[in-house]
Amino acid sequence: MSETNGKILSVKDLKTYFQTEDGVVKAVDGITFELEKGETLGIVGESGSGKSVTNLSVMRLIPEPPGKIVSGDIVFNGIDVRKLSINEVRGIRGKRMAMIFQDPMTSLNPFLKISTQLMEVTRLHLGHSKKEAYDHAIKMLKTVGIPDAESRVDSYPHEFSGGMRQRVMIAMALSCDPELLIADEPTTALDVTIQAQILELIKDLRTRMGTSVILITHDLGVVAGMTDKIIVMYAGKVFEQAPTAELFATPANPYTKGLLKSVPDPAHEEGTELYQIPGLPPDVAHLPPGCPFAERCYRAEDICRRDFPPFVQINANHHSLCHFAQEVYAESVAESENGKTANIQMKINE
Amino acid sequence: MNENGNDLISIQDLRVHFKIGGGLFKETKYVKAVDGVSLDIKKGETLGLVGESGCGKSTLGKAILRLTEPTGGQVFYNGKDLAHLGAREMREQRKNLQMIFQDPYASLNPRMTVGQIIGEPIRTFGLKNGKSIEERVQDLMETVGMSRRFVKRYPHEFSGGQRQRIGIARALAVDPEFIVADEPISALDVSIQAQIMNLMERLQAEKNLTYLFISHDLRAVRHLSDRVAVMYLGKIVELAGGKEVYREPLMPYTIALISAVPVPDPEIEAKRERIILKGDVPSPINPPSGCPFHTRCPYAIEDCKRIVPKLVEIKPKHYAACIRINPEKPHIEENSKEGLGAIGAGV
Ligand SMILES: Nc1ncnc2c1ncn2[C@@H]1O[C@H](COP(=O)(O)OP(=O)(O)OP(=O)(O)O)[C@@H](O)[C@H]1O
Ligand SMILES: Nc1ncnc2c1ncn2[C@@H]1O[C@H](COP(=O)(O)OP(=O)(O)OP(=O)(O)O)[C@@H](O)[C@H]1O
Ligand code: SF4
Ligand SMILES: [Mg+2]
Ligand SMILES: [Mg+2]
Repeated sequence: MSETNGKILSVKDLKTYFQTEDGVVKAVDGITFELEKGETLGIVGESGSGKSVTNLSVMRLIPEPPGKIVSGDIVFNGIDVRKLSINEVRGIRGKRMAMIFQDPMTSLNPFLKISTQLMEVTRLHLGHSKKEAYDHAIKMLKTVGIPDAESRVDSYPHEFSGGMRQRVMIAMALSCDPELLIADEPTTALDVTIQAQILELIKDLRTRMGTSVILITHDLGVVAGMTDKIIVMYAGKVFEQAPTAELFATPANPYTKGLLKSVPDPAHEEGTELYQIPGLPPDVAHLPPGCPFAERCYRAEDICRRDFPPFVQINANHHSLCHFAQEVYAESVAESENGKTANIQMKINE
Repeated sequence: MNENGNDLISIQDLRVHFKIGGGLFKETKYVKAVDGVSLDIKKGETLGLVGESGCGKSTLGKAILRLTEPTGGQVFYNGKDLAHLGAREMREQRKNLQMIFQDPYASLNPRMTVGQIIGEPIRTFGLKNGKSIEERVQDLMETVGMSRRFVKRYPHEFSGGQRQRIGIARALAVDPEFIVADEPISALDVSIQAQIMNLMERLQAEKNLTYLFISHDLRAVRHLSDRVAVMYLGKIVELAGGKEVYREPLMPYTIALISAVPVPDPEIEAKRERIILKGDVPSPINPPSGCPFHTRCPYAIEDCKRIVPKLVEIKPKHYAACIRINPEKPHIEENSKEGLGAIGAGV
C-alpha cells in the first residue's frame, strides 16, 4: 500500500454496516476509490445509497454501536485511518481532513453560539488566542457571505436561516485549510448565486492549497462543473465510475442513465410527468440476490435477478457494475453519436 | 390584487422582525426577516417562492401558518383572519394548513419511530384509529418512496433524503388543503425528486391542493409553479407566471439569479457565463435605503438609493419592483451614463 505517487486518499473494499431491529443494514458494501492530490471526486447516487456513510467512515465518525466498519482499508496520506486512536483522529479531523456535513443541525450544537463553535476549531488546531479565534470566526463568516458578520457571530444556530447554518458548517470546515475536504451536499440549502460563490471558494482552496475534494451532491449541474471524476452509488455499491465528461456523455450503467434522464427538462411541457425510475429504492437490510437494481431496470434479464453483476471495465478509467455494461455503453455511444444523448442540455432559459 | 374570490390565502403587509442582541453592552437590533409582504395565493395553485439564502422565505412560510408570530400585517385563510383565531380554532385549522420543514432532522422528534411521527397528526386530529392508522402510515411511506419496513426505525437511522421524505409523509398524512413546502426536495436524488414532484402534482389534481413551494432549485420551481414570487431582503420584488419569469425576467436581481443555475453538461459548464453578483449581501438588520438591491445592482442609478420601488404590474400579471422599469419600458436599457454600475460590479 504505497501512498507515494500523489495519492491522498485510497479507500479499498470498505464495508460499513449498521445493526438495527430489522436486521443488518449494509449501508456501504465494498466501496473502492482513490483520490489524487488536487483532484475532485464527485459522488452521486440514490438517496440512502451510502454516500454519507462512506465519508463518515473515512472521517471515523460512524457511531459505534450500532454502526461498524467491518472491513476494508482507508489510507489518508499514508496513514492507516482505521488504526488511529481516537486522540490521533481528533488531531487530524477538522485540520488535515475536514467535512461539511449534510445536516447542519446534527453537527452544530444548538446551545452554543456560532462564535463559540467556530472558535473551538481554530483554538484547537491553529493554537489561536481567544481574540484571534474570534476575529477569525468573523472573517470566515464573511468569506461564506454572511452579511453583517460582526453582529451575527454571537447568534445561536436557530437564529440563522437554513442556508446560513450550512454556511457556518462550510466556514468551520474551511477554517484550517484542510488537505482533504469532504463536502456532503454543501450547497443544497443555498440559492444559486451563493452556491456559485461557495463553489468558487472551494475551487480557490483547491488551487491555493492543492486541496483534494470529495463532493457529494444530487445536483448533476454542480458535479458537471466541479469534478474530475465521478462515482455513482446505489444500494451501498459503486455502480459506475468514470471521468466526469465521459460519464455524462456515455454512461455504461442503466441506473446512471435513469438518473440523468430524471432531471427536469425545460423543453418539458406542463401536464406531462417527469421521468422517474420506476419502483422503490431497495431496502439494504434485505437485498435480493442478483443485481440490487434489477427490479427497476429497463435492461434486466433473468441473469440479473439471479447473479450479482460483475464490475466491468469499459476502459482504463471507466467501470460499470452490470451484466450488460458493454451493451449499455455501446447504446450510449450510439445515442451520443446520434446527438440525442441521454444527458439533456438544460439551459434554463432555453 | 386581492379582490379575487378564489384566494385561499391572502397576505397583507406581513412583517416579522426578530429582536437580536440586547443585553447589557449591546444595542438591541432587529432582523427584518419579512418586511411588508402582500401576496395572494389562489386555491389549487402552486406559488413558487425563490430568493437568496436568508432573505426571509422560511420565515414568511412559517408566519403564514402562524408557526412564527408576525409582528405586523394580516393573513387571511378562506377569508378568516388567522391572527384573530383563538387557540382552539387555530388548532382546528392546523389540520388544513401543513408545513414541510426545511431542516428535516430538527423537525423530527428523535425519540419517536417513523411510524409514530407520521401517525401523530392522524391521531391528534382523530382521523383514524388503531389498525387503519398503521395502514395509512405505511401507504404514505410508500407514496414517498420508502420501504414500509422502515416504520419502526428512528430518525437518526436514516439518510438525509430519507428524513426529508418522512417530513413530507407527515405533512400529507392529514389531507391538508394548503402546504408550505420549504425546500422539500433539496436532499433527494433527481429520480426521487421527480417522484415527489409528480406526487405533488397528482395530489393537486386530485384534491385541489394549494402549495407555497419554497426552493433554491429553479428548475423544480419552474416545473411545478403556476406563479413565482421572487424575494429579496424581506420583500417581494417580482411576481409572474411560472414560465414567464424564466422566459422574461424583468428585475435585475431575477436576471442574475437565473443566469447562475448550473447546467448538467460539463461542456456547457466550462464555457458559460454567469452573472455572479459581487459585493456583500446586505444585512436585513440594516437594509439599504431605497431599493434594497441597489448596492449590488449593475443598473442602479442615484435615484435607486433614495426611492423605495413599489411592486407594479409591468406587463399583464407580471409585477416587478424597480424604478427603472415601467409598463412603457419593461426592460432596462443598457446602463446609462449616470449608472452606478461600478458599485455592483467592482467590489
Ligand atoms: N445510524 C444508522 N442506523 C441504521 N441505519 C443507518 C444509520 N445511518 C444510516 N443508515 C442507513 O444506511 C444507508 C445509507 O445511508 P447514507 O446516509 O449513507 O445515505 P446517503 O447516500 O448519504 O443518502 P442521502 O442522499 O439521502 O443523504 C441508508 O439506508 C440509511 O437508512
Ligand atoms: N428565531 C430567529 N431569531 C433571529 N433571527 C432569525 C430567526 N429566524 C430567522 N432569523 C433571521 O431572519 C432572516 C431570514 O431567515 P429565513 O430562515 O426566513 O431565510 P430563508 O430565506 O428561508 O433562507 P434559506 O434559503 O437560507 O433557508 C435571516 O437573517 C435569519 O438569520
Ligand atoms: S431599482 Fe435600481 S437598484 Fe433596484 S433593481 Fe432596479 S435598477 Fe437595480
Ligand atoms: Mg447523505
Ligand atoms: Mg429557509
